[in-house]
Amino acid sequence: MHIDNSQPLEYSTQQNQLNILGFWIFLGAEIMLFATLFTAYFTLEGRTGSGPAPAEIFEITPVLIETLVLLTSSFTIGLGIHAMRLGRKNAMLTFFAITLLLGLCFLGVEIYEFMHYYHVGATYQTSAFTAALLTTLGTHGGHVTLGLFWGTFIILQVKKRGLTPETANKSFIFSLYWHFLDVVWIFIFSFIYLKGMM
Amino acid sequence: MEFFERFAIPHPSPAIYASMVAIVLVSIGIVAGLTYFKKWGYLWREWLTTVDHKKIGIMYLVSALLMLFRGGADAIMMRAQLSAPDMKLLDAQHYNEIFTTHGVVMIIFMAMPFIFAFMNLIVPLQIGARDVAFPRLNALSFWLFFAGAMLFNISFVIGGSPDAGWTSYFPLAGNDFSESVGTNYYMLAIQISGIGSLMTGINMCTTILKMRAPGMTLMKMPMFTWSAFIANVIIVFAFPVLTVALIMGTTDRLFATNFFTTSNGGMDMLWANFFWIWGHPEVYILILPAFGLYSEIISTFSRRNLYGYSSMVWSMVLISLLSFLVWTHHFFTMGQGALTNSIFSITTMAIAVPTGVKIFNWLFTMWKGKIRFTVPMLYSIGFIPLFTIGGVTGVMLAMSAADYQYHNTMFLVAHFHNTIIPGVVFAMLAGLTFYWPKFFGFMLNEKIGKVTFWLLTVGFVLAFFPMYITGLDGQARRMYTYSEATGFGALNMLSFVGAALMAIGFVTIVYNVYYSFKNSSRDIGSDPWDARSLEWATHTPVPEYNFARTPQISSSETFWDSKKNGHVLFKGEIEEIHMPNNSGVPFVMGIIFFIAGFSFIFALWVPAVIGLIGIFICMAMRSFEKDHGRHISVKEIKETEEKLGGAK
Ligand code: HEM
Ligand SMILES: [Cu+2]
Repeated sequence: MHIDNSQPLEYSTQQNQLNILGFWIFLGAEIMLFATLFTAYFTLEGRTGSGPAPAEIFEITPVLIETLVLLTSSFTIGLGIHAMRLGRKNAMLTFFAITLLLGLCFLGVEIYEFMHYYHVGATYQTSAFTAALLTTLGTHGGHVTLGLFWGTFIILQVKKRGLTPETANKSFIFSLYWHFLDVVWIFIFSFIYLKGMM
Repeated sequence: MEFFERFAIPHPSPAIYASMVAIVLVSIGIVAGLTYFKKWGYLWREWLTTVDHKKIGIMYLVSALLMLFRGGADAIMMRAQLSAPDMKLLDAQHYNEIFTTHGVVMIIFMAMPFIFAFMNLIVPLQIGARDVAFPRLNALSFWLFFAGAMLFNISFVIGGSPDAGWTSYFPLAGNDFSESVGTNYYMLAIQISGIGSLMTGINMCTTILKMRAPGMTLMKMPMFTWSAFIANVIIVFAFPVLTVALIMGTTDRLFATNFFTTSNGGMDMLWANFFWIWGHPEVYILILPAFGLYSEIISTFSRRNLYGYSSMVWSMVLISLLSFLVWTHHFFTMGQGALTNSIFSITTMAIAVPTGVKIFNWLFTMWKGKIRFTVPMLYSIGFIPLFTIGGVTGVMLAMSAADYQYHNTMFLVAHFHNTIIPGVVFAMLAGLTFYWPKFFGFMLNEKIGKVTFWLLTVGFVLAFFPMYITGLDGQARRMYTYSEATGFGALNMLSFVGAALMAIGFVTIVYNVYYSFKNSSRDIGSDPWDARSLEWATHTPVPEYNFARTPQISSSETFWDSKKNGHVLFKGEIEEIHMPNNSGVPFVMGIIFFIAGFSFIFALWVPAVIGLIGIFICMAMRSFEKDHGRHISVKEIKETEEKLGGAK
């Protein structure tokens, strides 16, 4: 494997560069996926059938916590990648661990939120609106869940194998993924919750 | 009992029972044959675990040809049923199932793998790469496609086929009107193979952007690679829409959600919109690589470089953009208002402009060329007028006001077959004949090939042109029978004769393979057609590393320049080559996806969850795995090159 030392570790082999470009293209597809979900949501938002309307079920507190936690986690993973670039493995691992903990926190609140919807009678089967809402949130939440496992695997690998071109590459790609989930959340926060509560 | 009833076929017929027996017998035959000839090891090592883009390409090719026969069998049954008034061959339900499976099989499981076959076989060679960017992902893409295809194909012997049309419009496709598990098959089989397609899209885009040989700028890329690139960009943007639509359709059917229902706020038109936001670009995913193949073939056999290279590229870019802006022309008559209809009418017609540019470029390429009438060239020449007719009738359909007359009639069926058969199927057969020697080491027989071409062309015209007339006269699409009084009988009989000729034509392809395998010369060199682009610059058969030394590129027809203008393609010493290792994981994942998909279809939650966990475990294993591939030593390369006819 040819290693190009003029590049940051995560870009330093040809395969690494391929992986990163490939992942960007994958994110392009993910943008389309969420765009489609949003389209469905906006189309069905007002179609509540006999079920509740958005303003009746949304609660601001959990959503604010979720937002805060996720935004912070995007910041901490940025610090993690910065530490990685400086070659500081332990700092990086710490920041990654904090990121994942925040992610776990987010997920916990989201589960609470879903239980709340269930209790107020906004289930998956209630109406087109609830189905679209829970699918959109659920897809994002599912991505976060997957991210928690993925991130854990990466931490284990960095711990065991150190910062190699390969592990650095994986960590960097994972950070792209995590930031992306944050961006999607900002859209969810603004156009689903805020708009729905107004 | 309830449990088993779900697996029973709701509308059995002798033909289905016969197929069941045939499937079982063929499977036993295959297993017995493999065991008897001790080929399990070979199969596993050389094919099931391969990550070589050429072998994956061949597997796509074989699958596509098999599916062509499955879809063709459906087609011939439909034409037979319609060949005369008041025919009793099939009943309404069977007809519904057959036009549905025909459409799905042809588009998703025949045309798609066919284009993937060519992308896999040719793109890395045309850009001078060793493989695609992610070889193992590539294998996974194939196995997901294959799992989806097999899942779809068992629908008619276990549980019943889908019957709501290949467009699966709701509420028709909902539980109320489609009670059997058929539509579940539709949702999950297409989902699984669609994930595979998306991954191919990502893989190919990365490959083409990053792995071109030195000197090959974007505007020096061979035309097929360009077309593959654009098609893959469309895949990346279109397939996620389908993914979401299918998920929603699946939950509507399995978990009683209300996305597309007609109660509780559901909206059936949302499905139609999503389906066609994917569906219209999908036809360009199929046709652009076909255009790419025609470009290669026409310039090779006109012995001229392609006329208007950059206008060819720009027209494809424009087509890809427009393809996302026209989807609503599929439901002009479903009540969306005059303004919307006008807008989509105009964007649709606009596609004719860049397409026209391409047609003229091909004509100008031939204009002063010295044409050789080989089989691939015959298809290309036949394609131009036939496809133009299909395009013109498409513009007729695009006139939204007029569409109220012929919407959902045979006119439409004639139109899209008129574009897709000369456009895509002919291109694939032309490409098949053209590239056969490169990958199999012998030429297909030209005489038999010409017979095939004429059978298909004459058959095609007879089969589909009468439908324009019956369609304008009001023969509806998807109607399983009609009365004597309509007067459609004679023209439909003609159609049936045409379809039968086409069927014979497809059989002659198989015969051609068999005959040529027995009789063709194996001494054909690496460039039997005197062709122009890079894939012909390496040996036949292509060694697994493609090129012993990386080629140096100077133009879009670098190989031609190296033959005629003294350009030196390969410089420098042979160096060690890095190649990926084989892996059984993609194949295993294909099987797991198949099992999970099947379990979802029948709402068997335990195996479904186990399947999902299995997929997760495979991904986790991949994350922890340390596989850096292997190196082929200089000595080994030299020996291989020696054996294949000396390093060039
Ligand atoms: C080879 C000869 C072929 C024949 C004789 C044939 C015949 C037919 C017939 C009779 C129908 C149904 C008409 C009806 O609605 O009642 C049909 C529908 C259709 N065909 Fe073909 N076909 C052929 C090839 C193809 C190919 C190559 C493709 C695509 C690659 C294709 C795609 C479709 C689609 C998408 C439909 C619409 C199915 C639906 O209504 O849901 N066909 N074809
Ligand atoms: Cu269209």
